[in-house]
Amino acid sequence: MPKHDTPMLDELEKGPWPSFVTDIKRQAAQSPQCWDILGQLELSFKDKITHWKHGGIVGVFGYGGGIVGRYSDVPKQFPGVAHFHTVRLAQPSGMYYSTKKMRAICDLWQKYGSGMTNMHGSTGDLVLLGTTTDQLEPMFYEMTHDLNQDLGGSGSNLRTPSCCLGMSRCEWSCYDTQALCHFLTMHYQDEIHRPAFPYKFKFKFSGCPNDCVAAIARSDFAVIGTWKDDIRIDQAAVKGYMKGDFKANAGAHSGRDWGKFNIQTEVVDLCPTGCMWMEGETLKIDNANCTRCMHCINVMPRALRPGVETGATICVGAKAPILDGAQFATMTIPFMKIDAESEYSDVVDAIEKIWDWWMEVGKNRERVGETIQRVGLPTFLTVMGVDILPQHIREPRSNPYVFWKEEEVEGGWTRDVKEFRKRNAQ
Amino acid sequence: MGYDPKNPMLDRITDIGPPHYSEALPPVITKNFGKWLYHEIIQPGVLMHKAESGDECYTVRIGAARLISIEHIREMCDIADAHCEGYLRWTTRNNVEFMVDSKAKVEPLLKDLASRGNKFPVGGTGAGVTNIVHTQGWVHCHTPATDASGVVKAVMDELFDYFTSMSLPAQVRVALACCLNMCGAVHASDIAILGVHRKPPMIDTDAISGLCEIPLAISACPLGAIKPAKATNSKGEEIKSVTVNAERCMFCGNCYTMCPAMPLADPDGDGIAILVGGKVSNSRSMPKFSKLVIPFIPNNPPRWPEVVAAVKNILEVYAKDAKKYERVGEWAERIGWEMFFEKCKIPFTIKSIDDYRLAYDTWRTSTQFKFTSHIK
Repeated sequence: MPKHDTPMLDELEKGPWPSFVTDIKRQAAQSPQCWDILGQLELSFKDKITHWKHGGIVGVFGYGGGIVGRYSDVPKQFPGVAHFHTVRLAQPSGMYYSTKKMRAICDLWQKYGSGMTNMHGSTGDLVLLGTTTDQLEPMFYEMTHDLNQDLGGSGSNLRTPSCCLGMSRCEWSCYDTQALCHFLTMHYQDEIHRPAFPYKFKFKFSGCPNDCVAAIARSDFAVIGTWKDDIRIDQAAVKGYMKGDFKANAGAHSGRDWGKFNIQTEVVDLCPTGCMWMEGETLKIDNANCTRCMHCINVMPRALRPGVETGATICVGAKAPILDGAQFATMTIPFMKIDAESEYSDVVDAIEKIWDWWMEVGKNRERVGETIQRVGLPTFLTVMGVDILPQHIREPRSNPYVFWKEEEVEGGWTRDVKEFRKRNAQ
Repeated sequence: MGYDPKNPMLDRITDIGPPHYSEALPPVITKNFGKWLYHEIIQPGVLMHKAESGDECYTVRIGAARLISIEHIREMCDIADAHCEGYLRWTTRNNVEFMVDSKAKVEPLLKDLASRGNKFPVGGTGAGVTNIVHTQGWVHCHTPATDASGVVKAVMDELFDYFTSMSLPAQVRVALACCLNMCGAVHASDIAILGVHRKPPMIDTDAISGLCEIPLAISACPLGAIKPAKATNSKGEEIKSVTVNAERCMFCGNCYTMCPAMPLADPDGDGIAILVGGKVSNSRSMPKFSKLVIPFIPNNPPRWPEVVAAVKNILEVYAKDAKKYERVGEWAERIGWEMFFEKCKIPFTIKSIDDYRLAYDTWRTSTQFKFTSHIK
């Protein structure tokens, strides 16, 4: 039976969208501490403020991340949530689960926690919400021994890497995002579990420039699939779209009558580089001028496919606004083969160049994107040892304040002012 | 042998990472991995992926709260056991996908889902509103300026028909972050709902000595508004503390993150800002940041009617006015932001003019603009 009256939360049991309030009540039948979640949340709704205290460091032996301490600031009223820590489990790449494994995780969390979860946290972890310090070690033992599961990251470390579903169920993925994500997750277990960085560092892996995992907006190191050669065209399928045999944009617009599909206005005219045109009923693409935005491929998936010389573009330094303002990741390496046979040595080299440098020059709580802002992109590109390319910028600088180096200037910088004055009077 | 509290390091296993993803792929996925030809959304929430082998994978996508119980997950597992050979997956936007290997299996699955009340709404595909990604809010976070799950539930109730249909000009990604830390990273969303503070931090002189490294609190401020100072605690002792130059504060909360003795949350100070026009994909235009169009709406639990109305208004003006394929930000840029404010009937305020770092790039340095009603 409910422990607390929750008239405000009860309002959120109405309406067509699944109600988390109804769901927490359902769980409370098995996990009575859930009544106190509702009680404390109701109080927050009434007071318009959180009732969780700031932080609290808890964890399991040998790990510096993966568990986040959480304590109520009204523990007497709500003893069931007085200590209510978060456990982050590293999710499998692509977030596919067998019901057998999922049920085992549910059973584990019924035994050791509140029964409430986030599927998933913003970084990608499977998040278990609400347990006490004494449960952590026994739970960790059972999780590692019986479930073959491990903790994810938190704090100033490598956060749990995440990826789109990639080649498992998408025709556009230019490399195997899951394989690379899993490899690097395993390769960098120490960096995930033991914070040693100036601040958090995120990897995200998207299979194509549609970027379903928001790598360019959210990751310090973004690996986004792309291709070097020509878009593959099936001209018969192009005609199929023109005739209306196939639904444009894979049927994504079928809820409104937008009129007959028009390849000129819907594909050719929307190409950002103007690199496509029709010759009769044949679609032509000047691939040298294509910037691989994906629009035409998105609109006609049966007719157009990414090329076959595939790899990824590496972009570095995305972050949310805290503190210097939001940043997208900056294009750093235009094309890299994603090569499983070499154990992704090019990717690993790039990551470790960034880390070696950032761990030395990065300030406390400075994301790598902010470090790059502070020292300048030219310095960062030099650190990375990459070829300096016009692709690194949208446009050249408009001020002339170049940091010339002495060795670049004929005769160097050492001069004799007396000699100078012999020719040029004061 | 289980865990031995007297000997916690016995048989310890660490750093094993997540299980390999190949253990949990449905058979049709394993068989056709990397060999997919194309896909089609056959109805809202139902995708068909065609493989080179001729195999088809049908995916039924349902919306779910991000905050869900193991009882709810177990029910999802029951459905996956009954229809999907015991496999399911989550998307990056908190939706759940049930996959079957033939069209004949779709109808029974949809029927089963529909028979379970409103727990498993099918949709979230194509040119519609898919699930809102969000943060913890008041249910489990220590720095929020608003709730997350409650606001999201209220907004999704109102936008529900856009989740189950595909009638918009393009997909619209809505996201919520309950404070400026943005662990939900809403800075590149079509419509972003963002919790904001508006009161500078207080200083708890009884707690600051024990809880905070004063130099870290000072350096946490991006605007240099925090300075070292002497203060007197409630016992009358002189202690090392800080002062805050309130006029310089931009309410980012970074000081509170570093120093728990500087709380800034407040029932009247906190509320929600609305940002629009961000995108992540490279399709047509480059990724864009979300832009602040409504600086503040007070928190009004349990259903935040003003926030819901603001989001719905922007969505519906966009739906009516944008061209096919145009994302919210592409539409706003085509018509001009002055026209965006005009069409959405959102008052333009000085708060939308950037005066932080990198601000100059957002100022208009041209004579090209439209004479909207803003110009008297």
